[in-house]
Amino acid sequence: MLALRKKKRDFIGTSAIWLVRILFFSLVLALFLLLGKIVSQGIGTISFEFIFDDPKNNMTEGGIFPAIFGTIAVTLIMILLAVPLGVFSAIYLNEYAKDSIFSRIIRTSINNLAGVPSIVFGLFGLGFFILFIGRGMDDVLKTGLLFGQPALIWASATLAVLVLPIVIVSTLESLNSVPKSHRDASYGLGATKWQTIKNVVLPQARPGILTGTILAISRGAGETAPILFLGAAFFLPNLPVSDLCIGDYCIPMINPAKQFMYLAYHIFILATQSSNPTKTLPIQYGSTLVLIVLTFLLNITAIIFRYRFRKALGRL
Amino acid sequence: MKEIKIITKNLSLFYGDKQALKNISLEIQDKKVTAFIGPSGCGKSTFLRVLNRMNDLIDNVKIEGEVSVDGVNIYDKNIDVVNLRKNIGMVFQKSNLFPKTIYENIVYGPKINGIKDKKTLDEIVEKTCIQSAIWNEVKDRLNDNALSLSGGQQQRLCIARALAVEPEIILMDEPASALDPISTAKIEELIHDLKQRYTIVIVTHNMQQAARVSDMTAFFYIGELIEFDRTTKIFTNPSIKQTEDYITGRFG
Repeated sequence: MLALRKKKRDFIGTSAIWLVRILFFSLVLALFLLLGKIVSQGIGTISFEFIFDDPKNNMTEGGIFPAIFGTIAVTLIMILLAVPLGVFSAIYLNEYAKDSIFSRIIRTSINNLAGVPSIVFGLFGLGFFILFIGRGMDDVLKTGLLFGQPALIWASATLAVLVLPIVIVSTLESLNSVPKSHRDASYGLGATKWQTIKNVVLPQARPGILTGTILAISRGAGETAPILFLGAAFFLPNLPVSDLCIGDYCIPMINPAKQFMYLAYHIFILATQSSNPTKTLPIQYGSTLVLIVLTFLLNITAIIFRYRFRKALGRL
Repeated sequence: MKEIKIITKNLSLFYGDKQALKNISLEIQDKKVTAFIGPSGCGKSTFLRVLNRMNDLIDNVKIEGEVSVDGVNIYDKNIDVVNLRKNIGMVFQKSNLFPKTIYENIVYGPKINGIKDKKTLDEIVEKTCIQSAIWNEVKDRLNDNALSLSGGQQQRLCIARALAVEPEIILMDEPASALDPISTAKIEELIHDLKQRYTIVIVTHNMQQAARVSDMTAFFYIGELIEFDRTTKIFTNPSIKQTEDYITGRFG
């Protein structure tokens, strides 16, 4: 006869499920406690002035606008550098490179690059971008000390290297997930390899590429260590902006040669080098909240883009 | 009278060390339907892909022998593979429409060939849809996602897409194996209409289908061409015992 009688409960199975549940809820709880603390302590500080004003009185008063602006500027330039480089590298690795020992070493290295501590990237940026490339350019172009000093562009470049593995890996995955049958269809219609990649593979891979970009933004905006030596300033009320003039028309543009303030670094400064901890503490919470909200907003924008692309693929 | 479109001579194909096709020589007639039958893994699909050089896309494939289309050796170094594939359309086992609109799927081929004029493209869409007997079903929804069509419709749309680049030869790799009987019947009817203009080579598992749609039938077994003759002859009076065993269902 079939064993219809209720069996003695599978003790291990049930306890495993409960364990998973408890762990999950403790994670959610921890997240809420953390966010709740920051929100509740920080929300009081947030005001129009806090967001749009410069720090004052040795950072015990005033706002954090230069830091917000610097963060956005650095992240933007980082994305402009990292996404094309990462996406094209991934296209090369996935579509063109033959499966050889060499290409496997490169793939493994990319994955390993993601695990390198960020301070190492900072030192790399200082050594490679500022001292080697920057000073090299100064020597060659006879400009004096212009490129070979900490600047926004070098910070962005270093962060771009830092987030490159994220962009490459997520692009690789999304390229890989485009069905071979779609490529066959394209080749069968007489498309060249590049036409196939451009018209069939990339449109389908776009949501995945955006996922990589989202992750890269969050990572980049939150990093402190790599930009320590690369132009992040302790206090700098002037925005890294210069007027770009064509004839008589001038538009304010981000000047990548200048130094900048950075939210994550600003928080670090407030926490470690404050002249008056009681007064800076609320500012510190406020800055943290702003940083979190900022990355959240950047993420949301990217998620909306990704959703649009997905929808375009799915339903049109 | 009989015009020969494709000739293969002593064609062998290797995947690495493994030989998948052994010394195959056959002639495919113009504007006729040629069916390849045989058990799974016998090399019939591989052979089909030799004809438009789709095997080039796989690493470690080595081909010996000669394949000529209209008297031109297509494995010659000077052959432009991209052009070759424009002349030899392909329909695959599973519908592989792009996740784009019906319209964009059909104009994909013409567009990469540089046709930009909207009116010309519209005409191509209408013409190929009528040819592939799907116009009435899609004419009001050309801007819908192609993947919203039923399986049979998708496969006919794949045929329309292949026709849009104006090939002379159409290769079909088990085009109806994933379809229900009614859709299959429609595809077979379509093949019958298309052979007025195109040379069709079809791989099929379904022997009744081969008998119904084709003029010539080739029987493959483990990489070898066992018998190649008129379809009526193959199915009524095969000369080789292996062929007879296969079509009567004694193996495979």
